Amino acid sequence: MVGSASTDLAVKEAQLRAVLAGVPDPEIPVLSIVDLGIVREVSDDCVALTPTYSGCPATHVIELATREALDRAGFENVSIKIVLSPAWSTSMISEAGHKKLREYGISPPVDRPGPAECPRCSSQRTQEVSRFGSTPCKALWRCGDCQEPFDHFKCH
Amino acid sequence: MAVENNQNLFSALIQLGDDALILSQRLCEWSGHAPTLELDISLSNLALDLVGQATLLLNYAGEVEGTGRNGDTLAYRRDHNEFRNCLIVEQPNGDFGQTVLRHFFYSAYALPMYQGLAKSTDEHLAAIAEKAIKELRYHFEYSSGWVIRLGDGTEESRTRMLKALDWLWRFIDDMFVEDAAWSDLVDANVVPSRKGLREEFDATVLDVLSRAGLELPAQVWPITGGREGRHSEHLSLLLAEMQVLSRAHPEAAW
Repeated sequence: MVGSASTDLAVKEAQLRAVLAGVPDPEIPVLSIVDLGIVREVSDDCVALTPTYSGCPATHVIELATREALDRAGFENVSIKIVLSPAWSTSMISEAGHKKLREYGISPPVDRPGPAECPRCSSQRTQEVSRFGSTPCKALWRCGDCQEPFDHFKCH
Repeated sequence: MAVENNQNLFSALIQLGDDALILSQRLCEWSGHAPTLELDISLSNLALDLVGQATLLLNYAGEVEGTGRNGDTLAYRRDHNEFRNCLIVEQPNGDFGQTVLRHFFYSAYALPMYQGLAKSTDEHLAAIAEKAIKELRYHFEYSSGWVIRLGDGTEESRTRMLKALDWLWRFIDDMFVEDAAWSDLVDANVVPSRKGLREEFDATVLDVLSRAGLELPAQVWPITGGREGRHSEHLSLLLAEMQVLSRAHPEAAW
């Protein structure tokens, strides 16, 4: 009996994770909130999310979208809480997330010093144009080989 | 004792939250007016970080106070004499040079402050600070970079930076004023001592200004009072603009 209860729990958590994997980041819709690494905890009755930046306007939208997705899947009783610590960092973006970012034309964050890699031609002969880009999490770069400007997800 | 602790914590949270909120509102005035598109976006991004920090701090202040106020009511329903921000953040933007110099002074103060707060015995405050540090480090790099570039730039940019320095210098001491409530929280390891942060601040400022080729201004009479609610008229004008909608339509929602 105990075994089956814990199996039920594991199944429910897997179902919850599948629902969350379908919630896109509103500013980079190619990433789900799971790819982004902001799902902190999934339990029987609660999903914990963490914001990327203190002032990120997407945080509210993400919370709403998650609520809707959970309700739609029949998980009205699962609550959402926001946790701050430990603070989110770009190292929490999944490997799948990195791949999706590149395909989308955004250079993923790198935790080594040096230039960002051009998402189009993979050149590292690149240059930062502005530390501040279209959203708080991105910087504007330009490739010295293919000459294309591109967004770079800032290491944070 | 617990009630007294809460009053002290509320007072500290208001000081921290108001600094971030008022500076954020000032930076917003640059939206659409900055010298270049990139600078425009960068100043708005800095403002966004600060309003995010202010929201977390003022919401928490409301919780601690426990009378039903939240971040929005604290931001929109208080008068100028109830604000506890330091005076430098309410100073008008001036030109871009004056804005980045003000931001440099604020971030040189705020970065070590939040590094101290991240070690707070108050877990929620520590969590807010942990997030803010990552943002403030960026603010510091950005503003110190521009102070150096403009101070060590053309004759025109140097002259303007010296003028900005001369004006803002008188508001430095005010940032570090520590009232009795703050000192009590220092003893309880909730917040770092402001006096204790001064040495690091002075060293940072000296380093960046010397790299910018800017001499320290002559001694000026420091102006203080922000932490006690004695503000310049600039704050009233800023609040008039920030609060107008909420005051005209108190329960508006959309």
